[in-house]
Amino acid sequence: MSAIDFGRPVRAVRLFGDAVSHRLDVRTVAVCLALAALALVVALVTLASGDFQVALADVAGALLGQAEGRIRMVVLEWRLPRTALAVLLGAALGLAGAIFQSLTRNPLGSPDIIGFDAGAYTGALVIITLVGGGYFAVAGGALLGGLLTAALVYVLAYRRGVQGFRLIIVGIGVSAMLTSLNTWMLLRAKLEVAMAAAIWGAGSLNGMTLERLGYAGLILAVLVPLALAMSRPMAQLELGDDAARAMGVNAERSRLALLVVGVALTATVTATAGPIGFVALAAPQLARRLTGSAGVAMLPAAAMGALLLVSADYLAQRAFAPTQLPVGIVTVSLGGVYFAWLLLHEARRQ
Amino acid sequence: MSAVSATSRDLARQDAKRPGVANSNAARLFWLLVGVAVLLAVLLASIAIGSKDIPIGTVIDALFAYDDSDDHAIVQALRLPRTALGVTVGMALGMAGALIQALTRNPLADPGILGVNAGAAFFVVLAVGLFGITSVGGYVWFAFLGAIVTTLVVYGIGSAGRGGATPVRLTLAGVATAAVLTGISSAISLLDPETFDRMRHWRAGSLVTPGFEALFAVLPFVAVGLAIALLMARPLNAVALGDDLASALGADILRTRIGVVVATTLLAGAATAAAGPIGFVGLMVPHVSRWIVGPDQRWIFAYTAVLAPTLLLASDIVGRVVMRPGELQVGIVTAFVGAPVLILLARRRKVSGL
Repeated sequence: MSAIDFGRPVRAVRLFGDAVSHRLDVRTVAVCLALAALALVVALVTLASGDFQVALADVAGALLGQAEGRIRMVVLEWRLPRTALAVLLGAALGLAGAIFQSLTRNPLGSPDIIGFDAGAYTGALVIITLVGGGYFAVAGGALLGGLLTAALVYVLAYRRGVQGFRLIIVGIGVSAMLTSLNTWMLLRAKLEVAMAAAIWGAGSLNGMTLERLGYAGLILAVLVPLALAMSRPMAQLELGDDAARAMGVNAERSRLALLVVGVALTATVTATAGPIGFVALAAPQLARRLTGSAGVAMLPAAAMGALLLVSADYLAQRAFAPTQLPVGIVTVSLGGVYFAWLLLHEARRQ
Repeated sequence: MSAVSATSRDLARQDAKRPGVANSNAARLFWLLVGVAVLLAVLLASIAIGSKDIPIGTVIDALFAYDDSDDHAIVQALRLPRTALGVTVGMALGMAGALIQALTRNPLADPGILGVNAGAAFFVVLAVGLFGITSVGGYVWFAFLGAIVTTLVVYGIGSAGRGGATPVRLTLAGVATAAVLTGISSAISLLDPETFDRMRHWRAGSLVTPGFEALFAVLPFVAVGLAIALLMARPLNAVALGDDLASALGADILRTRIGVVVATTLLAGAATAAAGPIGFVGLMVPHVSRWIVGPDQRWIFAYTAVLAPTLLLASDIVGRVVMRPGELQVGIVTAFVGAPVLILLARRRKVSGL
């Protein structure tokens, strides 16, 4: 005799009487909490380790504002901006990845497909190799380059609406052109300048300051709630335009809005730390496997993204210490290993 | 009743038209000959045009009555090997693309998909960064070995399990492997300025070559690859109908797949080893060929073998002319020629499917 299947366990949350109510999937909530907790642990370990070792208890003390002198300076001023940015930017990348994979209905969809990363690199290269400028000039150039490219890809792919497959192909084409333009600019630059540009292009969290953490945190504080607010139309668009329209969703407008938020999230990350690859690609898929849900969802993807980036950053700092690798190199390598593992794993299950 | 039959006749006529622009064998042969003539013209232009102006008479003298003057030396020692390398690399890239598109039944597949470029780059980084090899003749073998090893790994990952090496799994395995190798390559090159400097030049993709060393190194592999490719044309026609139908028609699916992967690796690996990663030729030319001649692989291969070297040499000439006295690497030019074509194809309602 088998038990009756009532589906996945769900709890309803009601606030202010019945004014606000939401159904929570128990497994999804548990996975999100577990991922967030893990990310926090990795972050604490990262804050503690380095050339100057700090005890975990002292790290906690410093974060609570009870440390003095050297420990305070090392933990709060030197290490905190970098680690906090790893968590924040990882979450942003996970969110952006979920949005793009849902929009293109393609597990290989990521912000790179719309050419954003290649365009941002072009913008940064123009500033670094031709104009010359500090951190904010480079961030501005990257932002401008990325946004222009994304807009160009969208316009070129537009033909009575934007279709996922066409978006991918046009993105590949535009990226390929910009990539070869980037290669050419790197070739013409002086060696030191070209290397600095290439490190930026790999995506690096080296040299983050409290100031940058502040800017990125402010922007994300606006963007993340915006994105989460659109998770419902996003899920309905996955059923197809017709079904979504029948549910009262304006398909083309919702898609454009999601695209804009997704690009803005990616832009924030790229402007802050350069194009960091593979987190946006892998996080939503990994999260989907853990939650066992049908489609990609935003919150688990964000938690997974934070965990991935903060772990990758720990490796980037410690793997070849004292040499600090750009974190993007670690994410790309790990992401590829994950991908190959996934293929082998699925093959065995068949 | 008559209206219905008229419609179905129209449909049948449209269907017959779809195979290609040239829809009789006579037309296909004619346009192929035109293509060969264009290739010859481009060949001559590639020898005649360069950053230094050399009159066409002197160029012809250099070929047939060599007198050791500066101009003659430029033609014999620089432009001739460069042109020969262009023809070889172009043909290899085009055929590799045609093979991989037919195998994966994906009109947008590119030889880079099997990780050839990333693998070659990875081994070149190792050669430069760890073993300190700096001569082009030394790179060639590393690049080639990298291409072969990577394809083997990709094929191994892609064919694990009972499903075997389906096109989708091969593609995904290629993307994954390329990502890992690219990450490690850039880590190594960013740790050492000299390695970085050599890699940024290698990555651009260039036909510039002093003498025939690189050409002779890869020529045997290209020849073997082309021979295998020609043997595969017929079974690939059957594979285009789907695996089940192809086996029913007597094609050996496994042998075809292995043959195609071996030929693609030899061709793309040799091309990348000799000239660095050059994109879009393998993607674009088979596509254009299919648009002209329809779905028969034998014609597609013939057209690709003529059009691909034409495109590569023409791009190389453009690269020499646009920034005089400097040069633009051919890999950069092909991307700027190829990407707009790709975008146009994506905007058309139907890609010439397989």
